[in-house]
Amino acid sequence: MTPPLAWYLGLSAVLFAIGVLGVLIRRNVIVIFMAIELMLNAVNLSFVALARSLGSMDGQVIVFFVMTVAAAEAAVGLAIILSMFRNRETTNADELATLKW
Amino acid sequence: MSPLLFLLLAALTVASALTVVVHQNPVHSACALVLTLCLLAVFFLGLDAQLVALLQVIVYAGAIVVLFLFVIMLLNLQVEARAMAGTLLVGTAAVGGVALAVLIVTALRRAAPPAGRGVPAGFGETAALARQLFTVYLLPFELTSLLLLVAIVGAVALAKKPS
Repeated sequence: MTPPLAWYLGLSAVLFAIGVLGVLIRRNVIVIFMAIELMLNAVNLSFVALARSLGSMDGQVIVFFVMTVAAAEAAVGLAIILSMFRNRETTNADELATLKW
Repeated sequence: MSPLLFLLLAALTVASALTVVVHQNPVHSACALVLTLCLLAVFFLGLDAQLVALLQVIVYAGAIVVLFLFVIMLLNLQVEARAMAGTLLVGTAAVGGVALAVLIVTALRRAAPPAGRGVPAGFGETAALARQLFTVYLLPFELTSLLLLVAIVGAVALAKKPS
């Protein structure tokens, strides 16, 4: 007997909420970035569970694309953090508020 | 995957995901992220997604988190005094996070569950995934290579020391 689809979707929802929480409460941009990765993975779990439930490979193909985009996003984002740190000597989101009104 | 094993793994996954979010030390956060990603790979295996599980471990836990750790090392980040936002914001965010989870679960319960159609033979194997990828999704697949190229050039241009 396998766990029902709803359990996977529920776990995915909880992981997504934890990711949102991380973005809201952490002030270190690198940890905020990790929380974003957590959200992407929560959605991946939904995709794979629904692909299995519908008997269609499309969900798994989309997970493949999500991983690629996440890799590109991580590379560019971390490069931005690096150059930001070089200029401002900080990774704290509260101190990087030049564009704030 | 038996329901008991699912519950056990789900509890572990949620615990390590919470560790990523609340731990003060970014290095420990990254290590907890590796654990979360590997546990998700186990779920993928249980859902007949062998190739996706493998890619999850190699690409995510292997490459992306190593990139994170590398940047943390490069910036020499320590445990910070003010890692978290203010208490008021943390409390509000916690309530909001729980509300969001409840909202998503409720919405999912109200939505009509998709009819289970059973799994065709060879489901989740590399051949099946590759067939979809190189026929139906050929254009997005090729565009992906362009995206990665742009990301490589962008990352090098951004991280390069200004001459």
